[in-house]
Amino acid sequence: MQTRPVIELAEIHKVYRTGEVDVHAVRGVSLDILPGEFVAIMGSSGSGKSTLMNMIGCLDRPTGGKYLLDGIDVSTLDRDQRAVIRNDKIGFIFQGFNLLSRTTAQENVEMPMLYNRHRVSAQEQKERARSSLELVGLGKRADHKPNQLSGGQQQRVAIARALVNKPSLLLADEPTGNLDSQTSIEIMGVFQKLNEAGITIVMVTHELDVARFTKRMVVLRDGKIVTDELVRDRMDAAVELGKLKAAQEAVKLA
Amino acid sequence: MKLFAPFKIAGRALRRNKMRSLLTMLGIIIGVGSVIASVSITTGATKQVEDKVASLGQNVVTVFSGNFTSGGMRGGWGSAPTLTIEDARAIKNEVGNVVAVSPEVRDREQILANGLNWNTQIQGESPDYPQIRDWDIASGSMFTDGDVRSLGKVAVIGKTVVDQLYGSDDPVGQTLVIRNIPFKVVGVLAAKGFNLFGQDQDDVVLIPYTSHMRRITKRTFVNSIMVQAASKDTINLVQNDINTLLRDRHKSAEPDFTVRSQLELMQMATATTRIMSVLLGAIASVSLIVGGIGIMNIMLVSVTERTREIGIRMAVGARGRDILIQFLIEAVTLSLAGGMVGIALGMISAQIVAATTGWPTITPFAWIGIACVSSAGIGIVSGFYPAWKASRLDPIEALRYE
Ligand SMILES: Nc1ncnc2c1ncn2[C@@H]1O[C@H](COP(=O)(O)OP(=O)(O)O)[C@@H](O)[C@H]1O
Ligand SMILES: [Mg+2]
Repeated sequence: MQTRPVIELAEIHKVYRTGEVDVHAVRGVSLDILPGEFVAIMGSSGSGKSTLMNMIGCLDRPTGGKYLLDGIDVSTLDRDQRAVIRNDKIGFIFQGFNLLSRTTAQENVEMPMLYNRHRVSAQEQKERARSSLELVGLGKRADHKPNQLSGGQQQRVAIARALVNKPSLLLADEPTGNLDSQTSIEIMGVFQKLNEAGITIVMVTHELDVARFTKRMVVLRDGKIVTDELVRDRMDAAVELGKLKAAQEAVKLA
Repeated sequence: MKLFAPFKIAGRALRRNKMRSLLTMLGIIIGVGSVIASVSITTGATKQVEDKVASLGQNVVTVFSGNFTSGGMRGGWGSAPTLTIEDARAIKNEVGNVVAVSPEVRDREQILANGLNWNTQIQGESPDYPQIRDWDIASGSMFTDGDVRSLGKVAVIGKTVVDQLYGSDDPVGQTLVIRNIPFKVVGVLAAKGFNLFGQDQDDVVLIPYTSHMRRITKRTFVNSIMVQAASKDTINLVQNDINTLLRDRHKSAEPDFTVRSQLELMQMATATTRIMSVLLGAIASVSLIVGGIGIMNIMLVSVTERTREIGIRMAVGARGRDILIQFLIEAVTLSLAGGMVGIALGMISAQIVAATTGWPTITPFAWIGIACVSSAGIGIVSGFYPAWKASRLDPIEALRYE
């Protein structure tokens, strides 16, 4: 018996109606993603990646087609129902980190639990946020505020926040877009570790280097899927990081 | 946690902009502060006036000779020769619910005692007078009906007269000379202080009204008649019945007398303070409205500034109502904190007024509650629109906001 896909997209369309012209950003995307997959959605700028991600993440609603998340038809849910789904099933990671400024890492990570349907005690909130931060290697930085953290560390806080409600799905829209190459590899290392632990990840990127850390590549062009294939020469972040370090050492030695 | 969390978020947001929060609260602080201060001052003043009116006696109805509204020469209350002892007697015998009556005759005289002299008010009264005025006899006793019938040369004197003429001696049994007629002091009234018009009520000598009219002033009319009704509820009834009775007795087209009850006096005396409090209240409400507008303004700014935060919260699962509640609580926290500070400042300024002017001030407990409830209400009303606007934001748009 086959496992049920986490994401089932069937002929998804999105048309933005902005005044005179309609922008047809996503034109009939059908895609199934199974639990435990690690998918990169690629494409040039304006190809509809973010639009698709926002719909997968229940931030937005498709104008056509059907979307089942964990078997639930979410394409017809209203604002509040989508908020509940986001809280319960989805962890979102953004290019610009989107942490609350002047708020500690710990409190940033606790934040999604404030909106849980089922009450979480203050004590449990603390513990869960803590272990989530430890998972991304930031256990010692819990009391730091975003402006006291590097870009890579901020993105780790965002990942910890995305994980704290134990979602079925981790979504990331250009998570390495604001990071240098070494930090990007580190973040991909975190993703790979989480994926090995069984978490399904869908990630938007336009960098092929980054996409090669994933397991499956989906390429969009003008709102349509043009390629959908497994990553053949998959890279291991730990290995790549080792190589990079060695190269840096060499330069310094020279 | 779910209940408590919004307060935590609100508190944090407000602390982040301390100066701005404080300036926003200022409107409410001033509004509530002035409400509390003015209510304290007017309540104190009203209470003082009420105490004075109450010191007039118990359930008192007073009949004055003369009429306010009649034309021609008017000499004021008690000056027209229209009321007689027979009128007083008729009131006592014919009007129901009357428990005590005292015809009053007043005159100022130079009196002598102990080789000292003093100018004071000589009042002819009946033995009912202390009862009507709710006025205790400190030592000795009141003169009697027998003294009234026999034109007795007896006097009951006030505290001020005692101080002026007898010093620390006990005046009871001693002699007092009025217009060369020696009167025997039979009693001393308890100290009563100043009345509504600032007159010293203890500067008085009471003698039987008959003695006053025959021996001293040689008059056939009385200045006024004090009547005590059986209860507070019968005051109006007694007042009406006296009006009917005297009109019938005097058979004049225009009433040549005026009947005033203690209740009317109370209303007249507190009218000024009532107008004062209405005026002060109106000013205070204006500043509360201005304070509310200030909160609305700052909340709108805050919602715009924190669009991105709202987007983040929505992205992780905050529903519209979570955001609405968060901003509402923020607005209510602002206004309620302003209200609390305002209450404290209002009470302090009332105390300062009391200390510097000597006016008594009272802060009624109910008004503290009213101030709290209305400042919370202002927070809800003025915070609702900004909070609603925040709750309607589109998460994607909000996240993209720079
Ligand atoms: N809110 C919007 N209103 C109108 N058009 C939009 C909106 N968001 C995106 N678009 C348009 O949809 C297309 C796809 O955009 P997007 O999904 O952001 O692309 P990508 O993330 O791949 O760069 C673009 O042409 C963009 O201009
Ligand atoms: Mg994009």
